[in-house]
Amino acid sequence: MIKILISDRYEISAFRSFMTNLISLVSGLFMIGLVFLFLGVNPFYAVFKIFSGSFGSFYGFKETLTKAIPLILIGSGLTLAFRAKFWNIGAEGQLLMGAVFASWTGLFLGNALPSYMIVPLMFFSGFIGGALWGMIPAILKIRFSINEVISTLMLNYICADFLTMLIVGPWKGSTRFGFPGTDNLPESAVLGLIPGSRIHYATFILSILCAVILCIVIYKTRFGYEARVVGENPDAGRYAGIDFLKTTLILMIISGGLAGLAGVGEIAGIHHYLGYPAAVSSGYGFTAIIVAWLAKLNPLLTLISGIFFAGILVGGDAIQISLGLPAATVNIVNGILLICLIMGEYFLKNKITLRFSK
Amino acid sequence: MKGISKSFHGIPANRDISFSIESGEILGLLGENGAGKTTLMNILYGLYQPDSGEIRINETQVRINNPVESIANGIGMVHQHFMLIQNHSVLENIALSHKDTPFFFPNLRIREKIEEFSKSFDFNIDPAKKIWQLSAGEQQRVEIIKALLNGADLLILDEPTSVLTPQEIKELITILKKMKTKGHMIIFISHKLDEIMDICDRVLVLQKGKIAGRALTGDTDKKSLARMMVGREVVFNIKKEKLERGRQILSVEHLTVIGDKGFPALKDISFDVFENEIFGVAGVSGNGQRELAEAVTGIRTVRSGSIRINDEDITNTSPRHIYDQGVSHVPEERIRFGIAPGLFLYDNAILKQHHLKKFSRRYFLKYEEVKKHAKKILNDFNVSAHSINSRIGNLSGGNIQKLILGREISEKPQLLVASHPTYGLDVGATEFMRNHLLELRKTGSAVLLFSEDLEEIFELCDRIAVIFDGEFMAILDSGDNRLDDIGLMMAGSKKI
Repeated sequence: MIKILISDRYEISAFRSFMTNLISLVSGLFMIGLVFLFLGVNPFYAVFKIFSGSFGSFYGFKETLTKAIPLILIGSGLTLAFRAKFWNIGAEGQLLMGAVFASWTGLFLGNALPSYMIVPLMFFSGFIGGALWGMIPAILKIRFSINEVISTLMLNYICADFLTMLIVGPWKGSTRFGFPGTDNLPESAVLGLIPGSRIHYATFILSILCAVILCIVIYKTRFGYEARVVGENPDAGRYAGIDFLKTTLILMIISGGLAGLAGVGEIAGIHHYLGYPAAVSSGYGFTAIIVAWLAKLNPLLTLISGIFFAGILVGGDAIQISLGLPAATVNIVNGILLICLIMGEYFLKNKITLRFSK
Repeated sequence: MKGISKSFHGIPANRDISFSIESGEILGLLGENGAGKTTLMNILYGLYQPDSGEIRINETQVRINNPVESIANGIGMVHQHFMLIQNHSVLENIALSHKDTPFFFPNLRIREKIEEFSKSFDFNIDPAKKIWQLSAGEQQRVEIIKALLNGADLLILDEPTSVLTPQEIKELITILKKMKTKGHMIIFISHKLDEIMDICDRVLVLQKGKIAGRALTGDTDKKSLARMMVGREVVFNIKKEKLERGRQILSVEHLTVIGDKGFPALKDISFDVFENEIFGVAGVSGNGQRELAEAVTGIRTVRSGSIRINDEDITNTSPRHIYDQGVSHVPEERIRFGIAPGLFLYDNAILKQHHLKKFSRRYFLKYEEVKKHAKKILNDFNVSAHSINSRIGNLSGGNIQKLILGREISEKPQLLVASHPTYGLDVGATEFMRNHLLELRKTGSAVLLFSEDLEEIFELCDRIAVIFDGEFMAILDSGDNRLDDIGLMMAGSKKI
């Protein structure tokens, strides 16, 4: 008979942590391979296609970096929220709200102001939009003990429908020939691109800066300390005199605000107008959850994990074209990887021994 | 058990331990915090696997892989923290753990069995009551019934008296002696010498994971057991100097506080604490001590009345503001309130002080200062830990308590609110803690001490209040001979 013994693992070395993640990813890829096999595609070829599509060519890599921008911005913000055990599943809605605010600024002030004023203003308003949307669940949780997973998730739908209402109703553009969507942003409100790519460099630089700054915030500041204490043990936080409302509000302002910035980048850098929610963001707010998780809740590491998952998104597009697979295949890939990473976490925290006995 | 060894991450917790126990015997397991008592028992109960060594029951070697197998081998364990579901009845809790419980109508046959056991051991428990309605002593009896119903011949009791009142301890002892006469074996884990001497036939003393000595209680005395346990003579008597009390630090007037269940937990309480004074609050736990400590430190909202520190009204201000007025707090449930277990030791060393100028500049924490501070606490308070970079959750309870005390008194508080500061600590650590409290008193601080340990109260306090059901039954000087009736006052049957 085989006995499975499970015991706690106290000290976790960096090497073991790295290896566990690596093995989780590899076993995830293995399972994804099975899915491809089921779809009648050579799994090695498909996985090869995913990565060659995103990292194998200069064009692909540029696309990967473009998609990494929102993932890094949102992912690094989520690391902060998750550290405090505030499970913000609503980054998608916060991104959309940021896009709505930025679009308003761009559409209605863009013609009156020069570029060097309107662009910062759009970033500012996008941040405010995401932050406001993020503050709602924070207040609901602290004041009324409403579970943040539910409230953040549901606020996503509210925001998406609010956005849809705007683009089919009051904000519907006159140049859209009756299709839903706003007019294009004025030239002054459009972000500059790195020539020959779709990388909007202002947001790109911003995303790297945010990851670095958040790393300092979490590990070096009083606020980061308080957020970690609250996440580790709320009772100890209360005992230590930490103001929960203040701490949670600040961290959701940051987390939501960064998602809002990602929304600004998508609107002003890629689409140049506000369209359907699914067009504005291809689920970045959800993918970023995996990004934050793979980064072990370390904002700096989201730079790597963000690019990795952006690669999978791009590779997903590639296999859609070259192998004729449905677009949703890439969501399966993401889902399997997240499950494998979370399971890896379990193996990291617990020691499993097999014992064979007669 | 023979030649049992177990180590965690290279640190041995048990080294080559062998002992045996016979039918109808009570074996005491004595040792300091972290001596390896709980590890040893967890091995016997199947929670851990030994690295080497074997367990024999009735001369046959057995392998106990998990608690289910240990129950099947007739071993039952009553943990220090009860494993009961608060909202279920006694009957339901027992049925839940019983191995022969039928799938449908699980409660039917259990009731008779409970009543049968209740009668033969005088348990005196109503099976229909919900767990939260029971006192700690009654809950413990439920745990014992659970073990007995599962056919336990050998019962392991982990620090069973630490949550009981003196009266309940007496009742427990009677029950244990009855079980003994019926042939049950009992392993009694404790670090209270009096109880060991009182209850046990034989004692096994552990020190740093090894057997430091074994003795028949008839042939030994408390002094030599204590020596075996700590490896040196323990000064049981702590010297308390006479000190004139200084000016008033804490003043509480007509304080009324609502408890967790929505009823008043404190009813119109008034008292003062002065410089150079230890003010003790004695009483059975759950009579308002926790609420009082929380109200004074700002964690709990005050319904009416006032709390003043140095003549400044701090009623219902924030915990941080109160801390800044010089009020420190050693909380009652230290792991629940006192630490953030996943963070590093140095993070925890500043849990309430991180906002002070000393440790933070504008928005940033000065981690160099923090680490220096953590090292100092480690040194000054004999906290044994790998390094300040280890996670605090890996430390033993006693070391966590030392760290918390160190953290709370290193900043020279005006008032220290200490709730059960020596609860669960061994002799050496207890003495250490008490001396630190007296040192604090000598240097001009006021101490508000909550304790269920009357010896501690009498030894340390200048004035003693007895609390019952949210009211003070008396506030007396420690020399007052009316304190002879403290037991009656704690039980609420006498008020002065």
